[in-house]
Amino acid sequence: MTEPAQLDPQLAPMTAPGGITLDVTAAEGLELKARSQWSYARRRFLRHRLAMFGLVGLVVIFGAGALASVVAPYSFDQIDLTNVLHPPTMVGHHVFGTDEIGRDSLSRIIYGIRTSEQVGLTVAVVSTLFGLMVGAISGYYRGWLDNVIMRVTDLILTLPVLVVLLTVAALLGRSSSVWTIVFILAGFYWTGIARIVRGTFLSLREKEYVEAAKAVGAGDLRIMFRHMLPNTLGPIVVTGTLAVADAIILEAFLSFLGFGIADPTPSLGKLVAEGQQFPQKWWITVIPGLVLVLIVICVNFVGDGLRDALDPQQRRVRA
Amino acid sequence: MADPLLSIRDLAVEFRTEVGVVHAVDGISYDVFPGETLGIVGESGSGKSVSTMALLGLIPQPPGRIASGTAMFRGTDLLTMAPKDLRDFRGEEVAMVFQDPMTSLNPVLKVAYQLGEAIKTHHPKEPDDKVRERVIDLLRLVGVPNPDVRVDQYPHEFSGGMRQRAMIAMAIANSPSLLIADEPTTALDVTIQAQVLEVLKTVQEETHAATILITHDLGIVAEMCDRVLVMYGGRIVEAGDVHTIFRAPRHPYTVGLLDSLPKLTEDEEWLRPIPGSPPSLINRPSGCAFHPRCFLSQGRTQCRETVPELRAAEGPQHHAACHYSEELVGHQSKFSEPVQAGSGS
Amino acid sequence: MLTYIARRILYSIPVLLATSFLSFMFITKSSDPLANLRANPRTNSPTVLKHLAHVYHLDQSLPVRYWYWLQDVFVHKLGQSLLTSQPIWPDISRAIGHTLQIVLLAQLIALVLGVAVGIYSAIRQYSAFDYTFTSLSFLGYAMPTFWLALILQILFTDIYLKWHVRVFYTSGLNSGVTSSTWSLDRLQHIALPVITLTVVSFALYSRFMRATMLDVINSDYVRTARAKGLPERLVIFRHVVRNALIPIVTVSALQFGALLGGAIVTETIFTLDGMGYFFITRLQTNDVYSVMAYVMVVAISVITFNLIADVLYGFLDPRIRYD
Repeated sequence: MTEPAQLDPQLAPMTAPGGITLDVTAAEGLELKARSQWSYARRRFLRHRLAMFGLVGLVVIFGAGALASVVAPYSFDQIDLTNVLHPPTMVGHHVFGTDEIGRDSLSRIIYGIRTSEQVGLTVAVVSTLFGLMVGAISGYYRGWLDNVIMRVTDLILTLPVLVVLLTVAALLGRSSSVWTIVFILAGFYWTGIARIVRGTFLSLREKEYVEAAKAVGAGDLRIMFRHMLPNTLGPIVVTGTLAVADAIILEAFLSFLGFGIADPTPSLGKLVAEGQQFPQKWWITVIPGLVLVLIVICVNFVGDGLRDALDPQQRRVRA
Repeated sequence: MADPLLSIRDLAVEFRTEVGVVHAVDGISYDVFPGETLGIVGESGSGKSVSTMALLGLIPQPPGRIASGTAMFRGTDLLTMAPKDLRDFRGEEVAMVFQDPMTSLNPVLKVAYQLGEAIKTHHPKEPDDKVRERVIDLLRLVGVPNPDVRVDQYPHEFSGGMRQRAMIAMAIANSPSLLIADEPTTALDVTIQAQVLEVLKTVQEETHAATILITHDLGIVAEMCDRVLVMYGGRIVEAGDVHTIFRAPRHPYTVGLLDSLPKLTEDEEWLRPIPGSPPSLINRPSGCAFHPRCFLSQGRTQCRETVPELRAAEGPQHHAACHYSEELVGHQSKFSEPVQAGSGS
Repeated sequence: MLTYIARRILYSIPVLLATSFLSFMFITKSSDPLANLRANPRTNSPTVLKHLAHVYHLDQSLPVRYWYWLQDVFVHKLGQSLLTSQPIWPDISRAIGHTLQIVLLAQLIALVLGVAVGIYSAIRQYSAFDYTFTSLSFLGYAMPTFWLALILQILFTDIYLKWHVRVFYTSGLNSGVTSSTWSLDRLQHIALPVITLTVVSFALYSRFMRATMLDVINSDYVRTARAKGLPERLVIFRHVVRNALIPIVTVSALQFGALLGGAIVTETIFTLDGMGYFFITRLQTNDVYSVMAYVMVVAISVITFNLIADVLYGFLDPRIRYD
């Protein structure tokens, strides 16, 4: 933008001491570039090298998972008893080797990625939306509703995640469908988001622009959505992004222990578990785990980049 | 005139940032004489704070850099001193009071400890009880009520004004010869401001320290200062004693500053701000930094092309950096009536 | 302060009751405590089952059963397992001891190392040290513990098979005879689980410490300390670290409380007789009352350590005063 978008009244021709009129906009050294807050954030994010790396990584990995049927050289349950427990090799596209009944590891990993991304993204989205609503109501209205909600979240958070999850999963039937797992994980996660949103709402509630909106007669919903919510988006986006990684890891844990997704759907956690029986065939254990690590690292990078982009008060001076 | 306590010549400080090099201070020179109060006035971004922080070595050196200059204090150049020696100076010969008293004290340490630390850092052999006595005396001097009780409290138990007093007490603990106060009252209520300024005056009378008072408030300048420097865009644009500056300013920026002050005894309909915004310190206007906003310049070529030098104006002790400064002679500023400086107005 | 602690303890009682009741309800409703006995042809005669059902109050309503269970917990030290008819307490207390040893060691090492690395990374921001450790932390944080555990297991099994030297053991708590808690044999056995747990905690603590340090280093009061002429070393340790340690102490207290539930996965992989292992094995065999006992112990531990964390915080930060 090179021409002045809107004439700032301060810069319009003015009468200065001595009765001289000035046209300040035409003077040197003054640049007018109107930018919205979001485009600033976007610029900062795109400049964050690690975040870009993470984003690219995620696109590749999740893309492969989403297009599993196209990308994977074999189906995930294709048995080939002539090629049992083969180390990684270029022969027959078994780039990551084969397992004990000849199934191609690469394909299983790709399908496993698909499961992970389904779980991770769904849990993140569902728990964020739900947590947002609950937190907003809790923080805005306060009173007994807030108290009740807070006690419930306390209760859910008192016990370590894995314990709750395992107990619930075990009692729901040892192996479950993807959606049961998603339901369980989301049922746990929304509490974290709700707390954050509630905290922000509690402080925003006292801000002057909320009072101003009320004075003008704006309804509660409008205030919550147009005024308060945009200010909480920063931490929510970051938490939601990181929740993807957490959910994926938790699903892997559950599957590893045998309480996760039912066969035959592959899951990265299950793949690692299978490798336990064959410690000499390291590729069965190591590679799926490596993929998990990569996913988590990429998500964390993206989350870090988002945090940097959305929180301009960071004091780090990038030299 | 006695020899100056502090002599700064050609000080330039720059900062490297992602979007370019910021020339925060661009070659300024001034002297500070023993016992006087020198005011440095300017908008945010004029370089007034940075120039004094550079003296004490408080500019973080990776993004910041002292590009040039000397600062002679009693015969030694502060800017080229070894960090260890500079540390001996800090808090002993030269002390600083900062802007925001709320955050300038460590919240987890008692006030007694923090003030005592200022003393013990430079006099490690002083016995603890003597240090404590001195701390209590200092708090009494700056007007903190019940100093013997308050001294064992934590900063959050002090009010804003009291905290600033404690900061001042900490600064003068070792009787420095130069006290730098960087906008000491900006973060305080107006009524507390008056109290803190009184404290500064008391402190000056007691210690005979020279004071550099950095502010953007001309009212404070009128009340407290002997001489004034006006800074704009990282440069000094006018310098002189306070009476002359108020009565007969010779730089259009100073004129604009004075004119923008509301005056109770006049009947004005509109306030008269200086049009425009402070200059970008990365892409400074060529020539005189003020010319885009200057009513005197009217687009004259010299203003746009050449950086004006400080030249003698209303007498040898008064300087202004403007090509057409003479055209302001006879200009009636709002404050042409005599202003009493240094003893309340 | 004491009134605060008393009040907190009072508040936690209803929480504990609620947690236990909810868990009890959930667990007993969704599983049949006698399932295993029913499945076993030696024990599934109807009369025996009916008798057992009566003895264990399985024929009564839920609140009543809960009441009996509660009594069991206090009077009979957590009662007996339905499965084995053995008292639960000896098993669980042994498991607690083992888990405590491992978790204590891991947390201590992670804390000391993490704080040191965090401090140094913050002081030398953007240096090679900083970048290296930041990357390592990212890695450590991203690694699922089961993967790391397995890799370590594979590695050290390999070493043994190739060079016949036992550096660290890859399973169990001891070789044969029950070893004393700090014997070399025990240490060799718990080394790998401790390493596994340390890595993730270390990554967390060093990142956290670094972030807090950086926050504090840019504060105004640090600038004041420098302006007073304090040597940089004292500025860092007396002012910066003192403030930065406060949040870390609270975080580690919370972590410790949660970890007392046992690192379930790590203990399973290394077959260690700890709380996590206890939980998984009992869960897999549907040993309902043992699972309940575990849940109660963990809940109490978490609540206690939350309280400790808050009290510590009030202790260290004079701005927080509870009354």
